[in-house]
Amino acid sequence: MRIAPTLTEKIAKGMLMLACASAVASLLFVIVFILAGGFRHVSWGFLTQPILDMGRSGGIAPAIVGTFLMVFVALGIAAPLGVASAIYLAEYTLEGRATQAIRFGINCLAGVPSIIFGLFGFILFVVMLGLSWSILSGGLSLAAMILPTIIRTAEEALRSVPAQYRDVAASLGATRWQVVTRSVLPYALPGILTGVILGIGRSIEETAVVIFTAGSAVQMPRSLLDSARTMAVHFYILAREGISTEKAYATAAVLILTILVINILAYTLMHRVLRGRRAV
Amino acid sequence: MDRFISRLLFLAACSSTAILALIALFIFMEGAPILFRSGFGHFLAGRTWAPLEGQFGILPFILGSLWVTAGSLLLGVPLGVACATYLAVFAPPRSALILKPAIELLAGIPSVVYGFLGVLWLAPLIRTHLGGPGLSILGASCVLAIMILPTIVSVSIDALQAVPRSYREGSLALGATEWQTTRRVVLRAARSGILAGVILGMGRAVGETMAVIMISGNATHIPGSILDSVRTLTANIAIEMGYAVGDHRRALFATGVVLFFFIMILNTAALRVARRKF
Repeated sequence: MRIAPTLTEKIAKGMLMLACASAVASLLFVIVFILAGGFRHVSWGFLTQPILDMGRSGGIAPAIVGTFLMVFVALGIAAPLGVASAIYLAEYTLEGRATQAIRFGINCLAGVPSIIFGLFGFILFVVMLGLSWSILSGGLSLAAMILPTIIRTAEEALRSVPAQYRDVAASLGATRWQVVTRSVLPYALPGILTGVILGIGRSIEETAVVIFTAGSAVQMPRSLLDSARTMAVHFYILAREGISTEKAYATAAVLILTILVINILAYTLMHRVLRGRRAV
Repeated sequence: MDRFISRLLFLAACSSTAILALIALFIFMEGAPILFRSGFGHFLAGRTWAPLEGQFGILPFILGSLWVTAGSLLLGVPLGVACATYLAVFAPPRSALILKPAIELLAGIPSVVYGFLGVLWLAPLIRTHLGGPGLSILGASCVLAIMILPTIVSVSIDALQAVPRSYREGSLALGATEWQTTRRVVLRAARSGILAGVILGMGRAVGETMAVIMISGNATHIPGSILDSVRTLTANIAIEMGYAVGDHRRALFATGVVLFFFIMILNTAALRVARRKF
């Protein structure tokens, strides 16, 4: 018996839709499971108190500060470096051997697993440069990890700037650098910011890199040379060592909420840029 | 002045390649002595991992990584390609606008959270219904399948959208239904892009660490079935790094060397495949 093509069409469409629905359902499951389990235990005190008794009681204030500082260091290095790389690739050179080598480096770096960044950061920053387990070591390792994300998004943003912007500025006698800084960058800024925000997100969710390069001290960090734990590391230790399921849930809830806000921010920013472009 | 800036920007652009080279250099420097002393064959094909007795054989972990990765691809690839096809071809534009970022958000969930859910929810499910310890290849594969989904979906969507409209229109004009067109024309034209997505997803599965540590049980023997506990290359490094010193630590870096090689092969393959046109 031959099945009518129209029937096959309906079945196929249904199956594809089902696949998509199940993917989205698993996302919702993760979010709801964590938020429902964790939010009961999140309070103002939980966010502002020190970690007590290895996490059995108290809050996660040092982990929040540690996360913030490490992201700050990572961005401080990776954002300027990444945007500069993107400017070079998009504005200063033509495609050739050199850009091929550069692009190969970027693409491969993007695929390197986080545990390798952890090993690298450990041996270079912690051991050889003598920075020991510190926020600085962690931030530098994270910077290496998020660099490709920032470069790729920034380059895409720069390439989406219409050619007239460059032509007009250049015809007025601007040098290439003036064209880039006064005319191209302001237009590409939202797109570049999207990449930076995605980099923040990746740094916050990362565990393997941070645990080997920044350690997991529970005290409030006093300087960038102090060891500290991020929220993700704190959560991992609580969950893996079975210290406190309640606190683990609460930490995960804060973590997931932060990630959600960051991703939605990045998405709306990018979406606004795209919509703006289409209207022009 | 402008030339100076141009030089500076060029240096910045080289930073990624430089970092990649530094990573390779440092990991090799730490790992190579063990590799050469115990011999590649002994290291790669050795079945016993007893670091305290100086026995470093990582065959069980290589097999572990392969099993877990194969499992995640088996589950994740059909699901991912189906999602991508639906979003790129069939979904109404308005809902695709919401569904695509939702699936990409799966990549934003911290891997430790996946591991946590796996232990809390998936492992008991496997233990009661299928037997075994629950923390197993099957569990790890399920969790990884979800984790590699965003990579496969977004690369495949790009590949599907890059297929020229004329291909589609030509097929529809010949009287093919939308599904026939999608299956025989669009998917076929996009297959190298989709394959690149699958290879990148494979790289993510091989490289994933924290979720795998939590869900796979981490036994150091060669797994007998998919319900067995298993330890991957990444897990081996992460579990023992905390207390390893001397040769033991070097052996972990050597494990990193193997992992790095594997990932570089996958990356290069993905780049090659992606460059191929239809």
